[in-house]
Amino acid sequence: MSIKDIFRKNQKKKYATIPTEKAKNDVPEGIMMKCPECRKNVFTKNLMKNLKVCPTCDHHMKMTAWERVEIFLDGNSFVSMDDHLETVNPLNFPSYTEKIKADAKKTGLNEAVLTGIGKLDGQQVAIAIMDSHFRMGSMGSVVGEKITRAIEKATDLKIPFIIFTASGGARMQEGVLSLMQMAKTSVALRRHSDHGQLYISILTHPTTGGVSASFASVGDINIAEPKALIGFAGRRVIEQTVREKLPEDFQTAEFLLNHGQLDAIIHRKEMREKVASIVHLHMAKEVTKW
Amino acid sequence: MVKLLPFEEPIVQLKTKIEELKEYTINADVDMSVEIVNLEARLEKLEQEIYENMEPWDRVQVARHPSRPTTRDYIQLLCTEFIELHGDRLYGDDAAIIGGIALFEGKPITIIGHQRGVDTKENIKRNFGMPHPEGYRKALRLMKQAEKFNRPIICMIDTKGAYPGKAAEERGQSEAIARNLVEMAGLKVPVISVVIGEGGSGGALALGVANHIHMLENSTYSVISPEGAASILWKDASLAKQAAEAMKITAPDLKKMEIIDTVITEVHGGAHKNIEAQAMYLKETLITSLKELENLTPEELIENRYVKFKNIGEFKE
Repeated sequence: MSIKDIFRKNQKKKYATIPTEKAKNDVPEGIMMKCPECRKNVFTKNLMKNLKVCPTCDHHMKMTAWERVEIFLDGNSFVSMDDHLETVNPLNFPSYTEKIKADAKKTGLNEAVLTGIGKLDGQQVAIAIMDSHFRMGSMGSVVGEKITRAIEKATDLKIPFIIFTASGGARMQEGVLSLMQMAKTSVALRRHSDHGQLYISILTHPTTGGVSASFASVGDINIAEPKALIGFAGRRVIEQTVREKLPEDFQTAEFLLNHGQLDAIIHRKEMREKVASIVHLHMAKEVTKW
Repeated sequence: MVKLLPFEEPIVQLKTKIEELKEYTINADVDMSVEIVNLEARLEKLEQEIYENMEPWDRVQVARHPSRPTTRDYIQLLCTEFIELHGDRLYGDDAAIIGGIALFEGKPITIIGHQRGVDTKENIKRNFGMPHPEGYRKALRLMKQAEKFNRPIICMIDTKGAYPGKAAEERGQSEAIARNLVEMAGLKVPVISVVIGEGGSGGALALGVANHIHMLENSTYSVISPEGAASILWKDASLAKQAAEAMKITAPDLKKMEIIDTVITEVHGGAHKNIEAQAMYLKETLITSLKELENLTPEELIENRYVKFKNIGEFKE
C-alpha cells in the first residue's frame, strides 16, 4: 500500500463489523435485561421488583449475594463477617491472584461467599450466601474458612445456620486444599448438629461438584429453587462415561425431588416466608407439653 | 512380568547389559567378573538415584501401576480372620468398596477400602474402584457398626474418584459422600485413613475424615486428576505431566502442606516390587497410630478430628 492510498477518497471498506451472536443478544446495560431462558426483554427495574424471576417464563435468574440479603433478611439487620480474609496463591498458579482481584472488584466481595448474622422475620440466624459471579462460586480456602466460621458462630450463639449455595465445586487453583474444605465445613456442621442446632441448606443454580458433595446436601432441611442445576458430576462427563442420552430434566431440582434428594422446591417469592416458618417451628422456647 | 514404567528405562537397560555380560562369560569363556561387579555397583547407584528422585509424574504412574497392591492385598497380609460384610441395606452391594471385621495384631478392627480389579474382568465387576452411592453407604454402615462395638476403623483410599454416572446421580452420589464426611467427623472410635494408590477427589475424601491420615510415598491425593486439571486449566489433557507437578498431589507435597501425618516409605521402585515388605512398613505406621489414638476419649477423638480439619487452608487474615 502506498502513502497515496491512505488519502484516497471513497476507498472500499476492507472489513465489515459483524455483531457477534453474543452482542446481538446484548441489551444496553442497566435498562433492560433479556431472560436467558425465554429470551424476552424485561425492564431491569421490574425484574428486581419481581425478585429476578422472569415475569414471562418464571425462570429464576442468578442473584448476587447482596441481592439475596436484600430479599431474604429483615431490612438493615445483616452484619457481614470475615470480609477481611484474603485469598492467597498457595500453588503459585499463574494469574490466579489477578483473577481473584478482578472478581473482588466486580462483586464487591472478598471471596465467593458472603457470611454474617441477620434477622429472618425477627429471628436471629447465621447465614452464608455463595455468589456464582465470583469465580463460579468455587470453594477455595477462604470460602471454606468463611463458611466454617459462620457455622461456628451459629453454634456458639445457638441460632440456626442457613446457607444459599451456588457453586461449580472445589476451586482447582488451590488443589487439594480446596478438597479439604469439604471436610472442614463438615466437621463444623457435625458439631453444630451435635449441639442440637438447625441447619437449612438452600440449593440455587448451580450447585455442583465438591459443594454439592459436602455441606449443600446435608441440611436438616434441603430446599432448592425451581429448575436449579444440582449434581455431583458434570453432565458432559456423564454423557461421555455412560454413552446414553440423559433425560431432559437430569440434575434439576425437580429431578432431585423425584429421586428423594430434596425436602422441597420453593419458589423465590415464597422462600423468605417458608424458611422463616421452618425456623420458627424449631425455635419454640419452651418444650411443648401435650 | 511386571509392567515397567518409562522412568525406569535406564535401569532396565543396565540390567540387560549385565545379563548379556554374564551370558558372555559363560558361553565365551572370557572372565568379565570385574566388569560385572562394576556394573552391578553402578546399577545399585542408579537405582538409588532414580527411585529417590522420582518426579511427581513418575509417582502418578507408580500409583496407577496395574500390579500395585490393593486394599485386599493389605488386608490379607496384615489381618487374620477377615470377614467381609456386604451391602448398604438400602439398595445394593457395591464391589468398588470392600469392608469387614478382622483381627489386626490380634485385636478386632473394622477395615474398609476402595477395591480395584486386578484384571479387566474384575475391574468391570468392581467398576475400576469407582464407587456408587451404595458403596459409600456400605462404608458408613460398617463404620457405625464399628463405633457401636468400639472397634477402631482403618480406611484404605484407592480410587480415581466417585463414579460419574446416571444411576449414581439418581441415587444421590453427592449426598452419600457428604453424609460420610459429616458422620465420620462424629465417630467415637479412632479412624485412620491411608492413601495406598490414587486419592481422587470427593470419592476419596468420603473415606478420609480421619484422626490420622497417612500416604504411601508414591500415592497421590488430589482435587482432580492431572489429566482433568490440564484440560480445565490449559484446555489440553496432554499436559498432565505438568499438571501433576503444579497441583502438588504427591505424598511429600501433602506432608509439606501439613495435610497428612505420615509419608509411609515405599520399597524401591514402588509397593508392587515387594508387597510383603510394603505391608510391613504399613503395619508399623498403623500400630504407631493406633497406640497414639487409643488413649483418647470419644470426645477427644472428635475434637482431634475437628481441630485437624479446621486448620487446613491457606489465606491471609
